[in-house]
Amino acid sequence: MRINCPLCGDRDRREFYYLGAEDYLVRPAEGDLEATHEYLHIRKNPDGLTKDVWQHEAGCRAWLLLKRNTATHEVLTVELIKPKKAIPI
Amino acid sequence: MRYNAFKIIKEGLTGNKGWTPAWREPEPKFEYDMIIIGGGGHGLATAYYLAKNHGIKNIAVVEKGYIGSGNIGRNTTIVRANYFLPGNSEFYSHSLKLWETLEKELNYNVMHSQRGLINLFHSDGQRDAFARRGNMMRNQGDDAELLNKEGVRAELPYLDFDNARFPIYGGLFHKRGGTARHDAVAWGYARAADQLGVDLIQKCEVTGIDVVGEVVQGVQTSRGPIRAKKVGIVAAGRSSQVAAMAGLEVPIESHVLQAFVTEGLKPAIDHVVSFGMGHFYISQSDKGGLVFGGDLDFYASYAQRGNLPMMEHVMEAGMALMPAIGKAKVLRSWGGIMDMTPDGSFIIDRTEIENLYMDCGWCYGGFKAVPASGWCMAHLMAEDRPHEVAKRHTFERFRTGYGIMDEEGTGSQHNLH
Repeated sequence: MRINCPLCGDRDRREFYYLGAEDYLVRPAEGDLEATHEYLHIRKNPDGLTKDVWQHEAGCRAWLLLKRNTATHEVLTVELIKPKKAIPI
Repeated sequence: MRYNAFKIIKEGLTGNKGWTPAWREPEPKFEYDMIIIGGGGHGLATAYYLAKNHGIKNIAVVEKGYIGSGNIGRNTTIVRANYFLPGNSEFYSHSLKLWETLEKELNYNVMHSQRGLINLFHSDGQRDAFARRGNMMRNQGDDAELLNKEGVRAELPYLDFDNARFPIYGGLFHKRGGTARHDAVAWGYARAADQLGVDLIQKCEVTGIDVVGEVVQGVQTSRGPIRAKKVGIVAAGRSSQVAAMAGLEVPIESHVLQAFVTEGLKPAIDHVVSFGMGHFYISQSDKGGLVFGGDLDFYASYAQRGNLPMMEHVMEAGMALMPAIGKAKVLRSWGGIMDMTPDGSFIIDRTEIENLYMDCGWCYGGFKAVPASGWCMAHLMAEDRPHEVAKRHTFERFRTGYGIMDEEGTGSQHNLH
């Protein structure tokens, strides 16, 4: 699997760190325990198209949102997670 | 038909014409008391113990493929009870005891081989952690022996003891650990369940779960609707898809784990050897192939195949541990779908829907759990309360954070196990 980083270009999968599903982009309000549980644990876990959060850890270190297919490992689009959006972690 | 040595000799002398199919191929009935979704190891064991331990007569297992086509036929066959945390410790201890009498119980040779498992350690700190783990195993009533370097050398003379990065300090020896023939476990449970009247319905894909007023009514399948009083979802890597049919979302992310087999070799590796620092473990099958694997590829996947970087890493770790295997040729590799929970421990629990139960989240360690998983899931479905050794394995632990069972101590997060 190769991932086309918008800043660095087409790179080997092992330069990237996988965080998890795009659920991580919507942080729950502080103190909302039910929403925090869903944010951390509950997943749609699709067989097919998904969007998930990766980091170009061994490159530019940008956080990336990938649209890809979990059944084929095909990566369809890669976009930067803009600072305006909630950056995970 | 009961299998025994006399029968084998008799059939061998008379042209093997007297063997009958190991189980029936029944048409689905209109209604069952209990339906198990998933004809893998865990589902078949659940059906068997529902019939055997709880006397339930009217049970069906519905399987979209054929018996043994899922993870039960695609794993690296290791059986052990070396868990540390309360909850896991007593559960896997119970499972190993069931393994030790399984062949007699099922009248089926599952080739359970207690050849011993050695987990290597490479530093003083790791030795302390393994000594503590060994004490926990012994407190649970299982066996564990802490070996020093010479003790490991006596068992595993072929290792590279002076590896510059991970010199071998010793190992934790679990003598009752070992392997079993994986698909024979599926076939053994299938045959034994069938003999107790369980209908095994293959090539029957569940396409919907009927729920009326928060109570389960039955399932829709590719072979028509089937009504049921109780339904158990035992679908491993596909748990999320099946749960979604009942409108449920579960704390599972499916990942890919790879495994590898070499060409058949003469007996060389007598034990199961685990090299945790390199994420590598190995044993030798009875056919002679070296069976080995490593860690997850670490991203969500249903592809049933992995990527080259992890393959390369596993080969490098194997070469670092035992350079002699460099001459063996890898025959094939494959990937399985692992139903990963945030804390790396499984779930056997009720769901929000009445009479609908789930057995899932086995991560990459479901094979050794097959007997106890079936035992505890059957208990839960029949008695509607959790079995003593699986009562901590709830959905609720993630919601509250109380009772998280994180064996690795890495945190309760999907990408960390």
